[in-house]
Amino acid sequence: MFLIPDPIVRFFHRMASPPHFYALTERLMPWLVVIFLLLLAAGLYGGLYLAPPDYQQGDSYRIIYIHVPSAWMSLFIYVVMAVAGGIGLVWRIKLAEIVAVSSAPVGAGFTFIALVTGSLWGKPMWGTWWVWDARLTSELILLFLYLGVIGLYGAIDDKRTASKAVAILALVGVVNIPIIHYSVEWWNTLHQGPTVTKMDKPSIHVSMLIPLLLMALAFKFYYLIAMLQRARIELLSRERNAYWVKSMISLGAER
Amino acid sequence: MKPARKQRLMLIVLMLIGAGFAAGFALKSFNENLMYFFSTTDVVEGKAPENALFRLGGMVVKGSVERPGDGLTVHFKLTDFSKEVPVEYTGILPDLFREGQGIVAHGRLNAQGIFVAEEVLAKHDENYMPPEVAGSLKTGMNQATGQE
Repeated sequence: MFLIPDPIVRFFHRMASPPHFYALTERLMPWLVVIFLLLLAAGLYGGLYLAPPDYQQGDSYRIIYIHVPSAWMSLFIYVVMAVAGGIGLVWRIKLAEIVAVSSAPVGAGFTFIALVTGSLWGKPMWGTWWVWDARLTSELILLFLYLGVIGLYGAIDDKRTASKAVAILALVGVVNIPIIHYSVEWWNTLHQGPTVTKMDKPSIHVSMLIPLLLMALAFKFYYLIAMLQRARIELLSRERNAYWVKSMISLGAER
Repeated sequence: MKPARKQRLMLIVLMLIGAGFAAGFALKSFNENLMYFFSTTDVVEGKAPENALFRLGGMVVKGSVERPGDGLTVHFKLTDFSKEVPVEYTGILPDLFREGQGIVAHGRLNAQGIFVAEEVLAKHDENYMPPEVAGSLKTGMNQATGQE
């Protein structure tokens, strides 16, 4: 890989070493939690208290501070999962496999939240809980893809084989991601078009946009925390016979 | 990169391209079914199904909403800024229903060419702003005379 500078390659090689990953994430975790809580507090205060009500929807629009970041995360985590799965397939890096399978439950959670909050908002605003338009349907398929990944991983006993199967499923499912994103532009849907991510000026007032972006960032950190915690547990259970795990446990017992 | 890894990478890339093409063709062939609603132009040009339920989407024409009698029946016109279709609906309208708002109605055309809706859903646009901004925008818009 001649395109990637040397220090980055070295960083990834170090990160791919289980003991190093375990120790580093342990030291990072408190910082991640602090940053997450600060962002969440700022985002919620800004979104629920400081931001003005909408000209049409009044205060009901405030559900976007949960709905939109969750929906973004559901797509983002899926891409991370597929890329990590792909790296695991090609380079056979154990940690990449672990990151992929640890991402699935977090992503499924965010997808579920996006669907539920959207439904709660849809009833008063659209007049219906659910419609089978392209955006809602493709997002539901995303939830099933996540559940499929979780189920497939659980169904195969040998975890290295399971990781490969899961990576292939995740990679094939990636076609759904652009479909979800562009569904509101390619077809007539009940769901409105993109507000923030369209290339010209976002059609949301700055006072409402800043808390939204803060919440999106907070959710990113929540994902990091939840995914890394799952990855650490998964790593310990896979490496339970490795020397570094045994020595760590015996050290802990002596203390 | 080692040959074995290169081969696996190529395999994955080929798989992604294959899946992409399959999805692309499938969506292309289902394109009509994936449209959630017909536009008013489709209806005027006769592309919408006759004697069958379908969905009609458009903007409620300003000044077209009438309530004949004291019941829940309401008459209004929908437009896509080129053709208009009259709509009749009996029932409770969603919060966001108002003149100038995009809506999706589910129903069928009757013999007089009136769309009789059984369900009316509001389609929210992607704009979020405080009331005072919307107010100043509206006055600015009226001076410039334009829609949207």
